Amino acid sequence: MEVEYSKEEEMEKLLEDLRKSSVRKEDWEFHDNLKPIYSTGIGLNKSVVEEISEIKKEPDWMRRFRLKALEIFLSKPMPTWGPDLSGIDWENTNYYNRPDDVKSKSWDEVPDQIKDTFTKLGIPEMEQKYLAGSVAQYDSEGVYHNLKKVWEDKGVLFMDLDSAVKEHPDLVKNYFCKAVPATDNKFAALNGAVWSGGSFLYVPKGVRIDMPLQTYFRMNGEATGQFEHTIVVADEGSKVHYIEGCTAPRWDKDSLHSAIVEIYAHKNSEARYTSVQNWSKSVYNMPTKRAWVDENAKMEWVGGSLGSKVTMLYPSSYLRGRNASTHNLNISLAGPGTVKDTGAKAIHLAPNTSSRIVAKSISIEDGKAIYRGLLRMNKGAVHSKSHVQCDALLINDESQSFTYPHDEIYEPTATFGHEATVGKIGTEELAYMRSRGLSEDEASSMIVLGFLDDVMKEIPMEFAVEMNRLIKLEMGKLGSVG
Amino acid sequence: MPTLEIKNLSASVEGKEILKGVNLKVSGGEIHALMGPNGAGKSTLGNVLIGHPNYVINGGSITLDGKDLTNATPEERAKAGLFLAFQSPVAVVGVKISSFLRAAYKQLHPDDNIKLQEFYDMVKKELRRVGLDESFLSRSVNDGFSGGERKRFEIVQMMILKPKIVILDEIDSGLDVDALKLVAEEIKEYHNESVGFLIITHYQRILKDIRPEFVHVLMDGKVIRSGDHELSDRIEEEGYEFIRGV
Ligand SMILES: Nc1ncnc2c1ncn2[C@@H]1O[C@H](COP(=O)(O)OP(=O)(O)O)[C@@H](O)[C@H]1O
Ligand SMILES: [Mg+2]
Repeated sequence: MEVEYSKEEEMEKLLEDLRKSSVRKEDWEFHDNLKPIYSTGIGLNKSVVEEISEIKKEPDWMRRFRLKALEIFLSKPMPTWGPDLSGIDWENTNYYNRPDDVKSKSWDEVPDQIKDTFTKLGIPEMEQKYLAGSVAQYDSEGVYHNLKKVWEDKGVLFMDLDSAVKEHPDLVKNYFCKAVPATDNKFAALNGAVWSGGSFLYVPKGVRIDMPLQTYFRMNGEATGQFEHTIVVADEGSKVHYIEGCTAPRWDKDSLHSAIVEIYAHKNSEARYTSVQNWSKSVYNMPTKRAWVDENAKMEWVGGSLGSKVTMLYPSSYLRGRNASTHNLNISLAGPGTVKDTGAKAIHLAPNTSSRIVAKSISIEDGKAIYRGLLRMNKGAVHSKSHVQCDALLINDESQSFTYPHDEIYEPTATFGHEATVGKIGTEELAYMRSRGLSEDEASSMIVLGFLDDVMKEIPMEFAVEMNRLIKLEMGKLGSVG
Repeated sequence: MPTLEIKNLSASVEGKEILKGVNLKVSGGEIHALMGPNGAGKSTLGNVLIGHPNYVINGGSITLDGKDLTNATPEERAKAGLFLAFQSPVAVVGVKISSFLRAAYKQLHPDDNIKLQEFYDMVKKELRRVGLDESFLSRSVNDGFSGGERKRFEIVQMMILKPKIVILDEIDSGLDVDALKLVAEEIKEYHNESVGFLIITHYQRILKDIRPEFVHVLMDGKVIRSGDHELSDRIEEEGYEFIRGV
């Protein structure tokens, strides 16, 4: 009970500070006037891809991989089973933007304008307080990476993937696009062709890192695409928590974000991936995220999807070894005029594997939140277990929520369960709370945060606070509160 | 000393006019009872007074200490010092009593910088006084509470939030004898020169413990009779019909 007090007290203090600091939406939707020093211009074809590879001075295998991926991208049709993607303007998208030539290991070396942006977003401060290391990416390129010395000494590698391709080519080659091949889907193929930036994190056997490592992505240019590729490898018996945060300013033209995240949790390891994505409302967010989970390993996906125009995101776990497990927590906030098509996939390929999926969605005004999930139990995944829970909260009368779970069960001894709830913020509840002095906004944010409580408890407090703040901002509520 | 003044108030719900010109004045230190048969509009009056959005005011005025609250929002009324203990308090799933009361208290008493720990201790004490376990602090507001527990929690809120004008809507319903005693004790404890009470009830039970100085009868959308406890005694014996008969 005492512990709970101090946690609540700290949370209260943090929230109060935020309230006073009058943070507004503009604080992340601002854009900088920085001109990229190099850009491939608009449009996509073979020579653009060659050019990107050329600029990066990549090994030949990577160049060939890119060209193959481009072919696959061009041959694949657009997915039509989900949200409307007709707003993506392939012709007028800028596929590669390079802000500056440096990759720094100290914030002091980062060009001022870029540093200011990250400082404004609170990144260097976070690094000092809570992180074992961090990477910052601005438009297409990583501009900063740093890893605390203790971990470096233990053989941990943490840098942007471009640097890793050059410095550790064999290691990267072992993992690159193994879990997510270019043939997986149109957007994964696109990423394969034009990928730039993203992180490479390797944790050697038996190394257990308690503090999280974070990458921060900032997309600044108008009508640009950001195509980072992240690989996290937790070698046998290791432990790692990797965190990603993303923002983009608001532009009139739509932007495209199509990342690949591959996680390899080897035998007996524990890997945790947390991402808080807060794209502005001009972004199509179409990442492919997948984990390979080996014998006795634990994978945990924790995600907050806020902002963006359309998001399609289904983090997947392939449970490949006996006793492998995955836990997937996702919060989606579908703001006015936006669509969140999110969910999870659990593929049980070995005996005694287990998956737990908790998906919470909130729809505001005409926002549309969709849960789309896949659960597959292969023959031979004996005594495997799965549980899926989807909770939706509708804020307004016109808010919408849909659930599309899909189960393929080929193993008779496997067990699974689904639960789904839909709640609405009701007039009676609001009237009751307001009669005690709370404003309508404060009352509804309390209901929203209450709805998320069981998930919030499972994420680190700094990020719970951040989510809390983002949700309030998204709901347009902060400032009118208190 | 606070004064709530209701003048010629008429109001409707779902397009149906329920209140048709209610007049009533409640000042600090006074205890008023509002009686009336089922469906007379007593709860409607309570809801209209706190500004429940489902109820529409068609005419008349509500003032507290001279401040016009007729068109004020529910939160403005709460800040002015009005409090309603609801007849059927609604459950607010997911919102913990601890954070709910803390947020409400901060709104109503912004100048009091009471520490979180101290505040919770105060709430726990109040919970115990009405016979609720202190573990209620971390439960969701009214979620899974029995009828009686909800009523007790309304009283806890009154004690914590310290309103100037308290409206208790059928506070005794759902309470057993012992609980009623505890609740009556709290009301008496809270009652003082700077607090006015309007106790809504359709029968006598609670009025035995708490003697009101003023008794009003709401019928046909109006306060058609006012008096002292002799009026409530007579209603107990004869029912409401005699009033209409006279
Ligand atoms: N929210 C509501 N919706 C529809 N009718 C209502 C509502 N609230 C009250 N009424 C109606 O108003 C009348 C008065 O109800 P109420 O104020 O609850 O009476 P009392 O509390 O005196 O028993 C009843 O006919 C009741 O059905
Ligand atoms: Mg009633």
